[in-house]
Amino acid sequence: MDDAIANTPPGVLAAAWLVARKDLAIEFRTRTAFLSALVFALLGVTIFYFAWDSTAVSAVDLAPGVLWVIFTFAGLLGLQRSFGSELADRAIDGLLGAPVARESIYVGKALANLVFVVGILVVTLPAVVLFYNLPISSALLALAGIALLAAIGLVAVGTLFSAMAVNTRMAELLLPMLSLPFFVPIVMGAAQSSARLMAGRPVAEALPWLRILVAFDIVFVTACTLAFPFTLDE
Amino acid sequence: MTPPVVVFSDVERTPRDPLLIVAIIAVALVFIRALAFTPIEALQGPAQKILYVHASSAFIALYIAFVLMAITSILYLWLKDEKLDRVASSAAEVGLVFTTVVLLTGPLWGKTIWGAWWTWDARLTSTLFLWFIIVGYGLLRGAVEDRGRRARYSAVLGILAALLVPFIHLSVYMFRTLHPMPILLKPSSPSMPPEMQITFFSAFGAFLLLFAALLRVRYRVATLRDRLADLEQERA
Repeated sequence: MDDAIANTPPGVLAAAWLVARKDLAIEFRTRTAFLSALVFALLGVTIFYFAWDSTAVSAVDLAPGVLWVIFTFAGLLGLQRSFGSELADRAIDGLLGAPVARESIYVGKALANLVFVVGILVVTLPAVVLFYNLPISSALLALAGIALLAAIGLVAVGTLFSAMAVNTRMAELLLPMLSLPFFVPIVMGAAQSSARLMAGRPVAEALPWLRILVAFDIVFVTACTLAFPFTLDE
Repeated sequence: MTPPVVVFSDVERTPRDPLLIVAIIAVALVFIRALAFTPIEALQGPAQKILYVHASSAFIALYIAFVLMAITSILYLWLKDEKLDRVASSAAEVGLVFTTVVLLTGPLWGKTIWGAWWTWDARLTSTLFLWFIIVGYGLLRGAVEDRGRRARYSAVLGILAALLVPFIHLSVYMFRTLHPMPILLKPSSPSMPPEMQITFFSAFGAFLLLFAALLRVRYRVATLRDRLADLEQERA
């Protein structure tokens, strides 16, 4: 760890970064959650292909829906682990005892989760392009932007619910139960805007959906950051 | 842990709630009026009578129960008063009953009028997801044992749900308006003959009374549950 932060307690964002780095270091050393979420996403992408009549629905029409549904489900796997890893030996007490703001813990956890889901997207998106024979165009760049917006919203809500679900009697079931309704506007916004871009429509057509995604991100990042301290046991 | 022993003499037996009795009678009277003494709508036929149950329940579930839950959730996080948590959870549970009524009567009406049980219209979809969230709210409460934690968690969920519903409504609205729409018959036609208006408003009043009565009963159950938990703790 850096010497500069040894004595003075770090600021909110600096502390958040430390929390995120801790989570990412654990994930990087074990890699179990990331690899299983990744394999899950790739399996999902391939299985979905056979759930449709490919002569009736063209792959280009199918791909956006598949991408975003798989993305949310794979994301849930990562979110589960986010606070699940703090349960062992009550590691969360160490975090709570640290001289950092509660909000920093949330932002740090969310940042680590963001890296996690973006990592999954970085592999899943090309896989969808490959398996569904999508034309590689400038739309892919805009798609990356949509992906980031969707990932931020997903992680904002999911991290908060992960913190709550982990302290309940049925954590594995409760997290998707609580999160999925909140992913509806995200999936809809991401799928609709990317469908238009993939079909070669002008960006202006996707704009109203992008606005929804941005508004969702702003509202829920703010609300969840404010709500997070209430999910902790003092 | 040994099973808790409840001494009934410790807890006063609650008499039948007079408000609940009045509410049930009012609802029964409204049913009689709606079925026998209100004219049948010319275009929709008898199916239109679902309006009296459906629209009243929808208004109460969405604009009273749910709003009450959201407001008391915010107030709980602020004031940490257990009573607010009880009101929020009672409003959610009674609201769930009313939302279920809405979701059951809607398709019955829709099938006769639109020719489809379900359409992914903004209102229907947001009501459905609201229903999912309140079910999740109930499951969450059931899955947390510590009372303070349960109250905090459900308050957080209640507030986030209130923020979510407008987003679902807006996105489904956009989803639909960018696509061809089924022919929607607006149920809230402003020109309603006076007999129907009277039936509608008395139905609304009766269901509102029922809501208030159920809320009160449910609140009392919540209070008793908490007292029981306290007694068990003292014993242990």
